[in-house]
Amino acid sequence: MAWTDICAFEDLVENSGICALLNGQQVAVFLLELQGEPQIYAVGNYDPVGGANVLSRGILGSVGEQIVVASPLYKQHFDLTTGQCLEQPEVVIPVYGVKLQQGRLWLNAEQQNQQASAA
Amino acid sequence: MQQTKQILVIGNGMVGHHFVDQLRAKDPLAQITVLCGEAQLAYDRVHLSGYFSGTSAEQLALTTEEAYQAANIQYHLNCWVEQINREQQLVLTSQGGSFYYDELVLATGSYAFVPPIPGNDQPHCLVYRTLQDLDAIAQSAALSKVGVVIGGGLLGLEAANALKQLGLHTHVVEFAPQLMAVQLDQGGGQMLSQKITELGVQVHTGKATQAIVAGAECRYQLQFADGESLETDLVLFSAGIRPYDQLARSCGLAVGERGGIVVNDQCQTSDPHIYAIGECALWQQKIFGLVAPGYQMARVVVSQLTGGELSFTGADMSTKLKLLGVEVGSIGDAHARTPGALSYVFTDPRAQVYKKMVVSSDGKRLLGAVLVGDTSNYDSLLHYALNDMLLPKQPEQLILPAASGAPLAALTLPNNATICSCHNVAKGDIVAAMDSGCCDLASIKSCTKASTGCGGCTALLKSVVDDELKSRGVEVKNHLCEHFAYSRQELLHLVQVGGIKTFAELLSRHGQGLGCDICKPTVGSILASSWNDYVLKKPHVGLQDTNDTFLANMQKDGSYSVVPRIAGGEITAEKLLVIGQVALDFNLYTKITGGQRIDLFGARLEQLPAIWQRLVDAGFETGHAYGKSLRTVKSCVGSTWCRYGVQDSVGQAIAIENRYKGLRAPHKIKMAVSGCTRECAEAQSKDIGIIATENGWNLYVCGNGGMRPRHADLFATDLDTDTLIRYIDRILMLYIRTADRLQRTSVWMEKLDGGLDYLRKVIIDDELGIAAELENQMAALVNTYACEWKATLENPQALKRFRQFVNSPDADENIVFVEERSQIRPATAEEKRQWLQQIPIIQLSTSELPVKALAEEN
Repeated sequence: MAWTDICAFEDLVENSGICALLNGQQVAVFLLELQGEPQIYAVGNYDPVGGANVLSRGILGSVGEQIVVASPLYKQHFDLTTGQCLEQPEVVIPVYGVKLQQGRLWLNAEQQNQQASAA
Repeated sequence: MQQTKQILVIGNGMVGHHFVDQLRAKDPLAQITVLCGEAQLAYDRVHLSGYFSGTSAEQLALTTEEAYQAANIQYHLNCWVEQINREQQLVLTSQGGSFYYDELVLATGSYAFVPPIPGNDQPHCLVYRTLQDLDAIAQSAALSKVGVVIGGGLLGLEAANALKQLGLHTHVVEFAPQLMAVQLDQGGGQMLSQKITELGVQVHTGKATQAIVAGAECRYQLQFADGESLETDLVLFSAGIRPYDQLARSCGLAVGERGGIVVNDQCQTSDPHIYAIGECALWQQKIFGLVAPGYQMARVVVSQLTGGELSFTGADMSTKLKLLGVEVGSIGDAHARTPGALSYVFTDPRAQVYKKMVVSSDGKRLLGAVLVGDTSNYDSLLHYALNDMLLPKQPEQLILPAASGAPLAALTLPNNATICSCHNVAKGDIVAAMDSGCCDLASIKSCTKASTGCGGCTALLKSVVDDELKSRGVEVKNHLCEHFAYSRQELLHLVQVGGIKTFAELLSRHGQGLGCDICKPTVGSILASSWNDYVLKKPHVGLQDTNDTFLANMQKDGSYSVVPRIAGGEITAEKLLVIGQVALDFNLYTKITGGQRIDLFGARLEQLPAIWQRLVDAGFETGHAYGKSLRTVKSCVGSTWCRYGVQDSVGQAIAIENRYKGLRAPHKIKMAVSGCTRECAEAQSKDIGIIATENGWNLYVCGNGGMRPRHADLFATDLDTDTLIRYIDRILMLYIRTADRLQRTSVWMEKLDGGLDYLRKVIIDDELGIAAELENQMAALVNTYACEWKATLENPQALKRFRQFVNSPDADENIVFVEERSQIRPATAEEKRQWLQQIPIIQLSTSELPVKALAEEN
């Protein structure tokens, strides 16, 4: 398990995203803090539909039970826990492991969703 | 144009009525007189058998006498024409009336052919054609137990349905070896016979009736050529139609050998002042016994009489209907008579379904089809045939059961694809109706008339409408999204009444879920319009679209463009130099916008603060090109320089732009001020347009360019500047308060009950008593304006967001530029691949450094 120390928790922006560089990969990290416990999600920053590194600048939200980010380019929604694109099922983005340790955010360089690594 | 031309129409069937209806719509002044042989005006003959299953004559009626009177159409019922005097252009009726015409239209239709069989004139030997016929059939049926229809075509089976509904034991006798020999092939005809027989109608094909004599058990007996016989109480002839052409014959017009008034492509008879349309007309030796071609002929004559050039070019005879409850469809070359044609046949003997598809020899185009028992593929197949669409590689999929669940996607149809052939409504007409505000089936039907003829296209129309609505992201409910069951206007009300200041508070009190990319920016805009908080204040950050978050316009590669405000398009040389120098230093692509300012492209996220620091230091403010807010106030040079100008349009434009800059709204707002009536600023294409007059300013409202351009409406004239500003304050505030999300002022105003007049009443006459409140709200917004970029540069917390990586100063290596016409442009994916292979990536050590295009390094 390759965990990397990324930044302080305070560097995250509540209900929005930032982008981290993890072993040369761009990772979008979101802090969801609307109800209850704050949740942190990490997915690839690259929007395979729009072809640009922009997902960290998308709007967070929910579609039914799924927690998603909407790409700022063409508004496709990506499930933050599976990486699945809701509009184009064949598109899956990587999902990364997240942990908080003593006020620091750590990311796991290994993708957590098998589909995306296969794709 | 002779506006008082006398147009005389003989006949008021479906086609005759359609002609009258269309002519009146095109020419409100034409003198139209209708001579109708029946006791009532036009009714729906296509659905005639419904008369026996509860449809009343009123429901079958296509119009009313009141409607004709209101449209100023003279009509005479029970009026039989005896003679046409072509020399004097007079029509004489059996009641002794005479009618002059400049142009005469014969829409006399056809009558049921009664074969010359001895005994065919007995009391219970009837035909099936008019409402009167139906009454006679009902009377006879009341005294009968068994009924026979002679003729197994389309109309014959309709007639059999009528007899069955009247409770008779019903037979169909057909001379040909199969039913519906015109529309169906042998296999289809057999399947139809089988199904109809099971429904209790006995079918006798290949039977030539030779005589109708007295019966032993029933009233009559039919004697067939093969020696067999059939007993019946009632005989209904439906052995085809014959055109009513006696009038034409007797006045010497050309008629066909087998009947029908000869017409050319303009539907003109051999007398240029006499036209013939519908089932009485013979075009290229053909009589069209369906309503759609008749309607088409009617439109051709309307066009001829109103200076148009429409001509009749034949008609598609494809048809889909339910006969005795059995679905039957026939398209184009059903008999595969085209040389080289190939046929695919699918039969399901258990479900009793027969489908045949006829394709061209290369298998690429659909020529025809026969469907019996299941017509769910009809619409898809018809569109392949009519629009000459390329068939899929395995065309048989179109009729195989697996494919039946996937009808042709309406979205894939081209805009010129005909949806309703009766009224000639194309998909584009439906889309246009939806553009102009129709968003449910009923209003689209009444606006376009689609699906109000034979009704065969109902399902297709619905799918076109549904798909179109979906593609527009419209939820028919006015709810904003799944998180708020309110419209934008309702949410704004909740925010203002409840004093709600954050999205989280609104969501917990009135919403559900976490929000989304629809409701968050909308609420962000509502909060901004209501309280004018800094949009990047912590609780609002996550609500904004990326453009609002980073106060710039994201481009396709994730870089941004920057637009400083240049109010009224007026700029000093010093400021021009600043923009130029910034563009040079940061290697930005520059382009003049349509709103008289300068757009700087190719800025990377981390460069934005440095770029703006330079601009703000030089006295620029943000241009809000990224926001749903006031964009620009365009101006012409005005009276200061121009020989024709009557007011200082530039000064006015600058004052107005500075007043409303930063105003958040449901959509972008554009304005313009012209210095004279020559209108060089194109103010009439703006949401707010101002045109100088000798006495002040004319105010135009609710125009726009873009996808659906709309000229602005003149709202008030010769206003002094104070009144002008007051009116604009009120209009904009009312728009912000009541419009839907992403609704431009044009659509907003059109949807206001009462439209422009209502808007005048509210704004000018203050009929709702809210003018002062609207002005106060606007004043509060104007007074709290602050340049967002200036505020951002002073806010270290906000500035932290302007970096590509939270943990690295590196730049996004996916943003790569190449040179074109001496400036940068984004590299294509292919160009990126090539260069990334050849050159090491240039890692920039600090974000302040300008980016060097890779092409330059190359």
